[in-house]
Amino acid sequence: MNTEQPLYLQQEPAVRERFARIREREVILEVKHLGKTYDSAQGPVHALKDINFRIHRRELICVIGPSGCGKSTLIRMLAGLDNHSAGEILLDGKSVDGPGSDRGMVFQGYTLFPWLTVKQNVMFGPRMQGQGKTQAEREALQWLELVGLEKFADAYPHQLSGGMKQRVAIARALVNQPRILLMDEPFGALDAQTRAKMQAHLLDIWKNIDLTILFITHDLDEATYLADRILVLKAHPGEVQEFIEVPVPRPRHPGQNLTEAYRATKARLEELIHPPEPPASEEEEIKPHLIRLTRVNDNVE
Amino acid sequence: MAKQRWFSIRRDMTPRARLALGIASFLLPLLLWCIVSYVPFVWHPKVLISDPGAVDYMEPGMLVDKDVFNDEVRNMRQEKLAPPKGSPANPVYLPAPHEVAKAFYTAFTTPPAQSDDPWLHQSLWHSIKIIFWGFLLSSVIGVPLGIICGTYGRLARLVEPFIEFFRYLPAPAFGALMVAILGIYDGPKVAIIVIGTLFQQVLVIANTARKLDFTLLEAAMTLGTTRFKLITHVVVPGILPDLYRDQRILLGWAWTYLIVAELVGTSSGITWFITQQARYQHFDNVYAAIMMIGILGLGFDLLLARLGKRLFPWDQATGKA
Ligand SMILES: Nc1ncnc2c1ncn2[C@@H]1O[C@H](COP(=O)(O)OP(=O)(O)OP(=O)(O)O)[C@@H](O)[C@H]1O
Ligand SMILES: [Mg+2]
Repeated sequence: MNTEQPLYLQQEPAVRERFARIREREVILEVKHLGKTYDSAQGPVHALKDINFRIHRRELICVIGPSGCGKSTLIRMLAGLDNHSAGEILLDGKSVDGPGSDRGMVFQGYTLFPWLTVKQNVMFGPRMQGQGKTQAEREALQWLELVGLEKFADAYPHQLSGGMKQRVAIARALVNQPRILLMDEPFGALDAQTRAKMQAHLLDIWKNIDLTILFITHDLDEATYLADRILVLKAHPGEVQEFIEVPVPRPRHPGQNLTEAYRATKARLEELIHPPEPPASEEEEIKPHLIRLTRVNDNVE
Repeated sequence: MAKQRWFSIRRDMTPRARLALGIASFLLPLLLWCIVSYVPFVWHPKVLISDPGAVDYMEPGMLVDKDVFNDEVRNMRQEKLAPPKGSPANPVYLPAPHEVAKAFYTAFTTPPAQSDDPWLHQSLWHSIKIIFWGFLLSSVIGVPLGIICGTYGRLARLVEPFIEFFRYLPAPAFGALMVAILGIYDGPKVAIIVIGTLFQQVLVIANTARKLDFTLLEAAMTLGTTRFKLITHVVVPGILPDLYRDQRILLGWAWTYLIVAELVGTSSGITWFITQQARYQHFDNVYAAIMMIGILGLGFDLLLARLGKRLFPWDQATGKA
């Protein structure tokens, strides 16, 4: 092994072999010179600039970056919910224009249709594509079983916990058999325990079906635990900083967070996201002005 | 403790407490009315003459002001003549509860003064029909237009400014115009209710449609929903419980236009009944008829609220409405 290489770039032979195999798979999503400019009252805002990357079939990609670097903007353009101002998005070689069922999306907030039962929510996609009711129902139940919620098929969303809602949202997106599943901080609103369960569950699903995932998060552990590769963005303007191949071998399990590969990767991410000398960004310029509102000798520390 | 309970903010209460408070909200005004009617020293500015005594212009059953009565009593005493006798009474326009209650019954059982005039229940039925057609017509136009305005920003911009202007024009002002166009019978009455309701309806429903969480629409789009199916499969079901609540409020609005509408052209329905009775100073009948409108409106609204709970099991707000 080359010892001059940083630790996070050193891959075990099995891991290296796996990445070689991934690279041979067909490209599902290709993004070329993608850019997004918002017109705001203070003039144009360059949210994203010249983004390039490729995702192969059955890869699990995580996107991380500081707040406001354009992660949501990126995924919304991929989903077709926002227009891009420059460049190209190619899904299976075809240019993306507007939203479609070939790209599933799971949002951070809860977006289940409150007027439909869990089962009807999952049936929504197939029904919109003109599938018959019985066929759609059969498929919905199958996917609900996969996320472990077949017992709640006839419950309404407001009767579910946050984690359960996101499971249904995943089933609802997957029933359409999308080419790629886009997830924008889907577990961001969940507590730590539920979140860990959902991560393991997502890996299980991903292992068992032909599924490509692009997953946005701001949690470095989540990214390192889930991803094959991590796309690191930087802010102002949003650009690709590095596309890291995660050297942690699969199958993943929570115990791996003590291994060298894991720690090296996380250290590298820390370094990229929180550089030692932070440039003054908008966020940092907000300095709270603290005044003391308690008696002088009433100290808590 | 008790104070805390009365002023606890948005707390759920037991069904019994809800029922008790609901009944109390009717009993309190009734109690006030009873006090004013039955406790002789509360208000009672008039005197009901039972025996005119020697006062030549007084007759039994006449209502006179208390001051006049007291003057006459003093006069008669000075002249050593028989003073008039009477009991404290309220003016004719404030009948006592039991009188109105009786009128409530007799109004339905008394045949109309002229044989070709309608009975009270016929008048009421006529009013209900006017409301029904007016509200139906208004809704057929207003609900779809409101939903479209709430969904498509450009169309809203094209339609709403004019409607915003038009809704300030008082509906009754169109009475004469409507009679000229639609004749003197039910046409102009229905039209007044439509004019009074429609413009508010479009704006209220457009606002409701706009409040639908946009990410629901986005989620539907990523599931392959086409633009047109978005309205029928997401917007409409998404706002339905709120739309239903809006319609209930707007129906109340339509009722308030009823009286004006029925005065247009040939007076008809419950309004005709009320004006007739007021002309003969049968104020007990007037109150009975006014209350009949309230009871009908409230009863219908309660019915709709019940129905709403059945129709929208997923909606958490209807449970409390
Ligand atoms: N509609 C808009 N108009 C103007 N600027 C916008 C608009 N939407 C986003 N931006 C800007 O684009 C940049 C990227 O926003 P985006 O929401 O994609 O960030 P993000 O990486 O998802 O942040 P977070 O981690 O907080 O979710 C931000 O600087 C934001 O101010
Ligand atoms: Mg975001």
